[in-house]
Amino acid sequence: MELAFFYFLLLGFAILMYVILDGFDLGLGILYPWFDDEPQRDHMMRSISHVWDGNETWLVFGGVILFGAFPLAYATILSTLYVPIMIMLIALIFRGVAFEYRFKAHRSKPWWDKAFAIGSTVAAFCQGLMLGALVQGVDSDAIDGSSLDWLSPFAVLTAFSVMAGYALLACCYLSMKSRGLIRARAARLGRRLVVAVLVAMALVSLWTLVEAPEIRARWFDGYHLLLLSPLPLLSLAAGWLLFHDLGDKQHEQRPFFLAVALFVLAFAGLVVGLFPYLVPRQLTFWQSQAPVSSLKFMLPGVLIFVPLICAYTFWGYRIFSGKVEDFEEGY
Amino acid sequence: MELDAALLSRLQFAFTVSFHILFPSVTIGLATFIAIWEGLWLKTRNPVYLQLAKFWIKPFAITFGMGVVSGIVLSYEFGTNFSEFSRIVGPVLGPLMAYEVLTAFFLEAGFLGVMLFGWQRVSEKMHFFATCVVALGTWISAFWIIAANSWMQTPAGHEIVDGVFQVSSWMEVIFNPSMPYRLAHMLLAALITGTFVVAGVCAWYLLRRQHQPMARKGFSMALWFALVLAPLQAFVGDLHGLNVKEYQPIKLAAMEGIWPETEAGAPLLLFALPSRQDETNHFEIAIPKLASLILTHELDGELQGLKSVPPEDRPPVAVVFFSFRIMVGLGVLMIAVALYGLWLRRGERLYSSKLLLRACTLLTPAGVLATLAGWYVVEVGRQPWLVTGLVRTMEVVSPLPAERVLFSLSLFVITYTLLLGVYLYFMRKLIRKGPPDFAALPEQLIGTHAPGYALAWVKQLDVHEKVH
Ligand code: HDD
Ligand code: HEM
Ligand code: HEM
Repeated sequence: MELAFFYFLLLGFAILMYVILDGFDLGLGILYPWFDDEPQRDHMMRSISHVWDGNETWLVFGGVILFGAFPLAYATILSTLYVPIMIMLIALIFRGVAFEYRFKAHRSKPWWDKAFAIGSTVAAFCQGLMLGALVQGVDSDAIDGSSLDWLSPFAVLTAFSVMAGYALLACCYLSMKSRGLIRARAARLGRRLVVAVLVAMALVSLWTLVEAPEIRARWFDGYHLLLLSPLPLLSLAAGWLLFHDLGDKQHEQRPFFLAVALFVLAFAGLVVGLFPYLVPRQLTFWQSQAPVSSLKFMLPGVLIFVPLICAYTFWGYRIFSGKVEDFEEGY
Repeated sequence: MELDAALLSRLQFAFTVSFHILFPSVTIGLATFIAIWEGLWLKTRNPVYLQLAKFWIKPFAITFGMGVVSGIVLSYEFGTNFSEFSRIVGPVLGPLMAYEVLTAFFLEAGFLGVMLFGWQRVSEKMHFFATCVVALGTWISAFWIIAANSWMQTPAGHEIVDGVFQVSSWMEVIFNPSMPYRLAHMLLAALITGTFVVAGVCAWYLLRRQHQPMARKGFSMALWFALVLAPLQAFVGDLHGLNVKEYQPIKLAAMEGIWPETEAGAPLLLFALPSRQDETNHFEIAIPKLASLILTHELDGELQGLKSVPPEDRPPVAVVFFSFRIMVGLGVLMIAVALYGLWLRRGERLYSSKLLLRACTLLTPAGVLATLAGWYVVEVGRQPWLVTGLVRTMEVVSPLPAERVLFSLSLFVITYTLLLGVYLYFMRKLIRKGPPDFAALPEQLIGTHAPGYALAWVKQLDVHEKVH
């Protein structure tokens, strides 16, 4: 297999891991306004305080894989999306430190609640903006003040979609990690969010089909639609199942994995539309790949460590499995 | 004044990276000490060690959190603010940083959860293992990022094809000429920083007669560490200086304040005001011939001076010159304190000497300050080059509109100032609160016999019964 393609897949894997793992963790922050008493918020924080750091590391990983394997794309994308990236980074700072300070605070606790909720929401929103801008295509030549591509109506739509998706993941995570009231509320919110996410996915797909002829061609040329139809159909099925599961007490973990499936399908749909571009219509992954010496050098690292990382990450989740209420822990 | 995006980008990078390094330099040392204490506790079962570990894990956790959030910014900043640089040097630096993420960041993050929250969920041996892995992760992280930085200082093992850097030998890139010295010096710096933080806080407790057993143990250990590490650091620093002389002579000239094209028998300047305009120093206080002696091991050895290159190739001399003196001055002070401590150990005066305890309290931030000063020597001394002799900083910044950079820089200044305040406030709070007392320790004890575990177990039984 060609090396550049391998790194393209790896990049996709990193982004997907990030979106799923940090998705539920940012999603909890987005849900904060709906859980407004202190014990509930304690509970939500506690359910992720041992994993948020690892989840965010996938963001760093995605960044450095882009840097190391596709330096040209790294340079182009990051400098054109300057403003949303900077705002996202600062939002992530506020929500990140809230984990450390909230539990040690007395008077300032409400402030850390705000830092966590607003930080998570803004970070998710900015990620959605960047996604939208990328799908639509950024104008990397107009780097001076005129380039506000990331603030188009389409980007705002994807931003809200990403927020809804993250919040949905969070609801499913909560219903896996908690009992009683919190669980019931998470399930109720989750059912509404399933509908919102499906509608958003449909809207975003239709919009791109109408706007971008090459994406339309990708889906409707020849037998493509037949081959690709499982994507939308499976999404619908997953959504439908999820909607029912969330109302049903029998399934503890299935909703979460269904929500993950929804994300994977949506992501696959995205890649189908964009391949082989990293910056749509401008830069393919072949054009932006690093010299072979660099790609080769990273290969053993990736092949050895990525499976290892997945293994100990899984081990970490296993150790902290079970309901949050059952443990009185701290350090 | 016309806003200059390049200058603002540099300011922003310098500001954010300076903020970041404050925290790693503390966490690398503290993680190592916590691992040592936990190991000693498992070996000796002396509860004082457990108390030390349990106490320091809290300041460690908040410092670590600050390190993580400020570090994420950096890994994106290369692309946002130095896009041209990322494009041409990405093939060298990108893979090094990818290895850092793969071998260090995931490791730290993956085991941190267990280290902080796993006391009741895993066995004590497993917990100790997790702590060791986190400490190891911080060291590995330093290895890769120092390799990357050192390559920019003393590039090797690359060739330039169509304006883009390509690596011909990764061994030469990683173990480039200045890397071993910089890595040793940086790791020592981090351990020393941790040492003086521990020593300072313990000294403060001793002065206030609080938490005596723990404070004594911590203080005594820290001073032993300082006694070994601080002189070792001076030795390594000296070697490092010789390396700079060989590969970056102009930086060395700025550190020593040497202006003539070459100077034989150069004096060691204790103080001076270097002036770029007049190309000379004012108000020199000097020890004749000492600089030559230290750097060439000959009284009349020749050193290259700043005037040997045109003015546009010289770094901002004053910053380098003063930062170097601050670092070395603090280093000398640390050695003095460590030796004085050794002297006071005769006759048990270590814990009662007001002078020593006060000095240690004052030196709590000394390691952090010296580390920061050291980095200013290295980074400012390298200017105007980003990759020594090959890439000029001003030529590779992103072509961004200045207002945008001003916007993000302002956000960073506000956010970081606020956060530094918050961090110091919570550090103070944790230190005032002190360690968990002996009576409470068994309750928090590690392992599956802890109350939380039992509770969970009972609840799980309940659930099973309801299902069947
Ligand atoms: C010698 C030490 C050292 C130096 C010079 C740097 N770092 Fe750092 N960094 C660490 C030592 C460290 C660490 C000890 O591994 C950290 C600090 C505290 C921590 O929590 O992990 C860390 C955290 C950290 C993180 C967060 C990792 C995570 O998500 O867990 C990132 C992305 C970076 N760093 C990136 C950088 C970049 C791009 C640097 C240079 C420009 C840099 N660091 C300089
Ligand atoms: C962690 C300790 C570090 C500190 C305190 C530090 C500090 C600084 C400072 C003050 C500058 C500005 C110099 C000037 O423009 O006059 C600078 C520049 C720079 N440093 Fe570092 N640095 C550190 C580590 C690193 C590392 C590890 C890397 C890369 C792997 C790095 C990459 C750069 C780059 C790209 C610049 C150029 C931007 C500029 O000139 O402002 N630095 N650094
Ligand atoms: C006491 C004698 C010391 C000497 C002679 C010394 C020497 C040096 C030299 C020559 C450099 C510059 C290397 C370059 O420009 O590439 C340097 C950098 C540095 N110093 Fe020191 N140093 C001393 C003490 C300390 C102490 C006590 C600390 C911190 C606790 C410290 C922390 C650093 C750091 C973090 C750097 C930048 C990273 C590096 O290049 O290693 N130094 N030191």
